[in-house]
Amino acid sequence: MNGSFSRTWGRLTESMLFLPTAALLLILIADFFLIPGFFSIQLKGGHLYGNLIDILVHGSPTMILAMGMTLVIATGGVDLSVGAIMAITSSVACVMINPTIVGMNLTDPQKFINDPQYTWAPLWAVIVVPMVIATLCGLWNGVLVAYGRIQPMVATLVLMIAGRGIAQLITNAIQIIIFNDTYAFIGNGYILLPFSLYVAVAVFIGAWLLTRRTSIGVFIESVGINYRSSFYSGINEKKIKLFAYGFCGFCAGIAGLIVTSNIRTSDANQIGMYTELDAILAVVIGGTLLGTGGRFSLMGSAIGALVLQTTITSMLSFGVPASAVIAVKALVVIAVVLLYAEQVKGFVRRLGSSSLRRETAQ
Amino acid sequence: MPESDRNIVVMKGIDKSFPGVHALQNVDFSLAKGEIHALVGENGAGKSTLIKILTGVDRADRGTIELDGRVVVVRSPLQAQELGISTVYQEVNLCPNLTVAENILIGRQPSRFGVSVDWKKLNTQAREYLKQLEVQIDVTRPLGSYSVAIQQMAAIARALVVSNAKVLILDEPTSSLTAHETAQLFKVMRKLKSEGIAVVFITHFLDQVYEVSDRVTVLRNGALVGTYPTASLARLELIRLMLGRSITALDDMSAHKIESSQHIKTDALLKADELGLSNSIDPFTLTLHAGEVVGLAGLLGSGRTEVANLLFGVDKPDAGSLTMDGKPVTDFTPAGSIHRGIALCPEDRKVEGIVADLSVRENIILAMQAGLGWFRRIGTKEQYEIADKYIKLLNISTPTADQQIKNLSGGNQQKVILARWLAANPRLLILDEPTRGIDVGTKADIQKLVLSLAEEGKSCIFISSELDEVLRTSHRIVVMRDRSKVTEFSGQVDEQDIMQAIAGSAS
Repeated sequence: MNGSFSRTWGRLTESMLFLPTAALLLILIADFFLIPGFFSIQLKGGHLYGNLIDILVHGSPTMILAMGMTLVIATGGVDLSVGAIMAITSSVACVMINPTIVGMNLTDPQKFINDPQYTWAPLWAVIVVPMVIATLCGLWNGVLVAYGRIQPMVATLVLMIAGRGIAQLITNAIQIIIFNDTYAFIGNGYILLPFSLYVAVAVFIGAWLLTRRTSIGVFIESVGINYRSSFYSGINEKKIKLFAYGFCGFCAGIAGLIVTSNIRTSDANQIGMYTELDAILAVVIGGTLLGTGGRFSLMGSAIGALVLQTTITSMLSFGVPASAVIAVKALVVIAVVLLYAEQVKGFVRRLGSSSLRRETAQ
Repeated sequence: MPESDRNIVVMKGIDKSFPGVHALQNVDFSLAKGEIHALVGENGAGKSTLIKILTGVDRADRGTIELDGRVVVVRSPLQAQELGISTVYQEVNLCPNLTVAENILIGRQPSRFGVSVDWKKLNTQAREYLKQLEVQIDVTRPLGSYSVAIQQMAAIARALVVSNAKVLILDEPTSSLTAHETAQLFKVMRKLKSEGIAVVFITHFLDQVYEVSDRVTVLRNGALVGTYPTASLARLELIRLMLGRSITALDDMSAHKIESSQHIKTDALLKADELGLSNSIDPFTLTLHAGEVVGLAGLLGSGRTEVANLLFGVDKPDAGSLTMDGKPVTDFTPAGSIHRGIALCPEDRKVEGIVADLSVRENIILAMQAGLGWFRRIGTKEQYEIADKYIKLLNISTPTADQQIKNLSGGNQQKVILARWLAANPRLLILDEPTRGIDVGTKADIQKLVLSLAEEGKSCIFISSELDEVLRTSHRIVVMRDRSKVTEFSGQVDEQDIMQAIAGSAS
């Protein structure tokens, strides 16, 4: 029985999900004792409210970004441009709803403000076109990295910097306010739970099916671990990288739509600011190795995004001022770096076997 | 006993388990001052594990280590060095872009006023140390600009400097050295021995065991078989001890080969016509038939690997043409070759073969899956069936198909890579040094496999530095020298003729 305990402990601690799940549980347990009523959830007018719901809502853009980022990091790269891509998406979407701002002459400009259903381009196009553009942005990164052989960090830095400029150009550097209620539903709507949460779950399931029900997932891992062996095995490394960056752009597009819809504004300067760092952090917490790539876990990244958001929400509920929360994030980074060091991992693994040895000695 | 006074290292009752493997079982090992002690055994016999325990990389579950009569606990490689136990690994672990001198003395640089590095002194010291090993080179050049042999000498020099070594462990030091370089290494080993240093020599080359070692310790399946004075142990007896059985399998093979040569088809499967790539390989002409094994013989760097890389599409040729089944080949990529039914088991297993963090199962299906593309995924159940089939067929020793390939021994990793290509079901299998660094038993298995593939009507190119292997398996032998094809032999050939062709007309 002791042997089986040690074996189960070993298997548990070696799983990629062990650390992120343990971290999430630890934070929640701390919340349970420190913040009264943290877990209470109320039903008001058919909507669920509560801290836990807030975590899921505010965490969903990061979760969506983290899906794409996971694949990019697994190939051994990184994408710094997702925040900028979000800004571009939001600008495009807003201009398509209300193009008066860019000098288009319309018969009744007031209609945009007075009619909550009016939009210049049809709503499906307002959603599809920005996503296509976001995907193209991602593919651009992929071309630079895979075919241009540019360091991922440098290659995506180009769009990270240029992207916000492009977003400003699209809207003539003006913040467009959106009055269309249907569009606002993406980021604000509720179907018992917030609509954006369903989107996040759909992206997660989609990403999982796309990587794990095809051979793409194992190819991505193989390319990340040893691209030469992969090349000799007949895997097209370039196409795989192109796919990963393209998918990452696509995810950034979705996240961009959610955030714009949520704040009903195209704010090229603020939308998606620092989100690339949150996404990278979520992936790293989830156990995918930054820099080396290889084995990845979408579930780990999703939990990683929740760990991040739970930390922030907990701090805010605990009364930490919002301006200080960034400092807390820095602490999370330090904790992650320490926890994921091989030495600590080995120590945790040995805990199981040494407690076993003590038991047998007695 | 005077014998025990001379012992510098005594390891007693060493026991070590890894998940799923009992790597060492109650092994005793002793090392005397001023001896060269060979450590031999098949892959997975436990040689590396024993060394890792002695050097503090791994900790033994049970057993003691005595150094100079005192019981020590070696916690880390650093501590092992402080104790005077130094190791030079198979792959040189130095920094190729630093100078030779920096590599040797890094961490021990002589300084001026305790602040800046005294470069002049650094270089002089490094030169001194290398001189002791009878190597005279420009120590201010980057290490990477020298041959592997010189790099190894630098690694040895470093091992001696850092720790003031009493024990020097050489893990497969000769596997990438030429005969001349090996002789030079042996000279150094004998010199160190005469200075009272105990040298542990791990190798697969039995000739070298007899040439240089005083005693030999044989391990088999994690257990100690015994320690013997090398001079009084007959070679066949040593092989018997390593394998636990006598080898007759290899002798059957030549009959087998003659038998299988009956089945060679007359139509060309693959035809290279003046195919070449400048700065890599001179244009060569080569025809392959179904059911035929063609051996590529030649020294390291003679262009054998370059031929394989062109045929498999790793490199794109800039001269000549390649036809398969009478159709000209235009798509020179590994992916294209896999579609045509060509497989290449590359020379460098670590860099070009294994995907370390993936499981044995995933490594086996990789090429097959790459051939099928992104969206026709092989089902999980089928993946296990394929993996289990090859694990059984090739006798791969792994606890499960889910074990990460990096946890397997070198020979077993090689078998997994072979399985990857067999699973892709190629019509032409190119094997580039498939038997390097693996044990005698596995070597025989691989050679037998090649012949049985030929009998099934498949074609095979067999590249090996070991001439007797090429002779044993090949129906036809192509000799390479200085990056060009020299000549071809078929039918009954004499080893002497081939050696002469390899050496060149001058001899």
